[in-house]
Amino acid sequence: MCGIVGIYLKNKKYNSQLGKFLTGMMNSMATRGPDSAGFAIYSSEKKKKYKYSVCSNTDQVKEISKKLSRHIKDIKVKSISDHLIIETAMKPKKFIEILKNHEELSLVGYGSCIEIFKQVGNPKDVVKNFSLEKFSGSHAIGHTRMATESAITTDGSHPYSTGEDECLVHNGSLSNHNNLRRSLQKKGIEIKSMNDTEVAAGYISNGLSDKKSLKETLLDGLKDLDGFYTFISGTKNGMAIVRDEIACKPAVVAETKDYVAIASEFQAMAHLPNINSAKIFEPEPGKVYSWGK
Amino acid sequence: MNLNLKKESLRKVNETLQSIDRKSNKKIFKISNPDGNHAICAGLKDEIEVTIDGHTGYYCAGMNMNANIIVNGNVGTGVAENMMSGTVHVKGNASQSAGATAHGGTLIIDGDTSSRCGISMKGIDIIVKGSVGHMSAFMAQSGNLVICGDAGDALGDSIYEANIFIKGKVKSLGADCEEKKMNKKDQNILRSLLKKASINESEIKNFKMYGSARKLYNFNIDNVSEY
Repeated sequence: MCGIVGIYLKNKKYNSQLGKFLTGMMNSMATRGPDSAGFAIYSSEKKKKYKYSVCSNTDQVKEISKKLSRHIKDIKVKSISDHLIIETAMKPKKFIEILKNHEELSLVGYGSCIEIFKQVGNPKDVVKNFSLEKFSGSHAIGHTRMATESAITTDGSHPYSTGEDECLVHNGSLSNHNNLRRSLQKKGIEIKSMNDTEVAAGYISNGLSDKKSLKETLLDGLKDLDGFYTFISGTKNGMAIVRDEIACKPAVVAETKDYVAIASEFQAMAHLPNINSAKIFEPEPGKVYSWGK
Repeated sequence: MNLNLKKESLRKVNETLQSIDRKSNKKIFKISNPDGNHAICAGLKDEIEVTIDGHTGYYCAGMNMNANIIVNGNVGTGVAENMMSGTVHVKGNASQSAGATAHGGTLIIDGDTSSRCGISMKGIDIIVKGSVGHMSAFMAQSGNLVICGDAGDALGDSIYEANIFIKGKVKSLGADCEEKKMNKKDQNILRSLLKKASINESEIKNFKMYGSARKLYNFNIDNVSEY
């Protein structure tokens, strides 16, 4: 089943409440995906800096920071539950290379404004553990998972990020992900898990690195990705949604002058401000909808 | 009687509506703050009137018998699924599988519905004032589907003996669905349905009728690709 949610704020006055809005959305989607949960938050861009979201299997944050600072000069580490947000000017290629020497750390995403958190457990507990309510930002995407294609692990949790400031959440399942994984890996796209969604995220990263727009890439995906899906994809500039041509997997969009919200079910948006005056519609099958700067 | 879903549990509200004391005069109910909850007004069986103020989730008014249910908002998947009798009137839009497998009663939707409207319908009358999505009236067995707007792909795929009346455009027809000539009897059916939904009867002339070509009823090797 799985639950997917996304919110893009058009009015900056709500930025400080982004985490609060997403918490309500994720909590009401907990019944659709009780196995694990995750979310990506886009906040203001750090010029010439990268934020690396890292999942750690140890609680010795101070020691890790110390160890990393031997290799990275300008390091700033923020720890939230079992995740670390590492801020540095170091370029991704070099950082990823250094991280390979730390088995206890795994990178879940990076970019100038994205932060990603994911964890096994009931979504209601996961959002509490990460204090999602306190986050602010311009847009956010979340997922509650009912596992089908791969194991219940942090690696198997969404959102998936295979490129800078990119993320993808998925409700559905893909049937041609093994073939696609091999062809993307040949092109140099790193796909770590056996999960189908990570392959779709890699497919999008590949399209974007070919200088295609997110919309074009998702439209190409309608031909290349075989299976059932509703995708919400995030980039630095905004978010997009697409449903496959059969459209078995649900989605509802609510748009007001202040925000755009997407969710698997309307109940996830019932708590949002002025929802009763929102324009509410279901995305049509095989059509890409996007919002952004 | 007012039922507030912010104050009372969904189960309690449904139980109240499902166990009406037939000697009492309480016939009119109002539900506030539905907030997209599932199965609101499922399994009602008495002649009561319920107005829901707001948007509902899945299977709203499912299995309805006798009750008249009005939704001042949108409804999720499977509104009035398996309805037996009574009326469900949605003032907004409906999600997929509206009126699925329903045996009787009337479902009126003022807005649009998404895919599979009237899937496997078995006697219900559905009147959609807007448009319907793909695969509508899929395997529809009996009853009438009236569409005032357009229909998506594969309308009436594998249809049995249900009638489809449509005013707008059909993107494509499904297997074994074909246009039929409307006779007096059909016109009378359409007239009474339009009347039920307060649509001007003079619109009848703008409708076309579709139904089963009955070519899939018996196995035919020439149709093997259609099965």
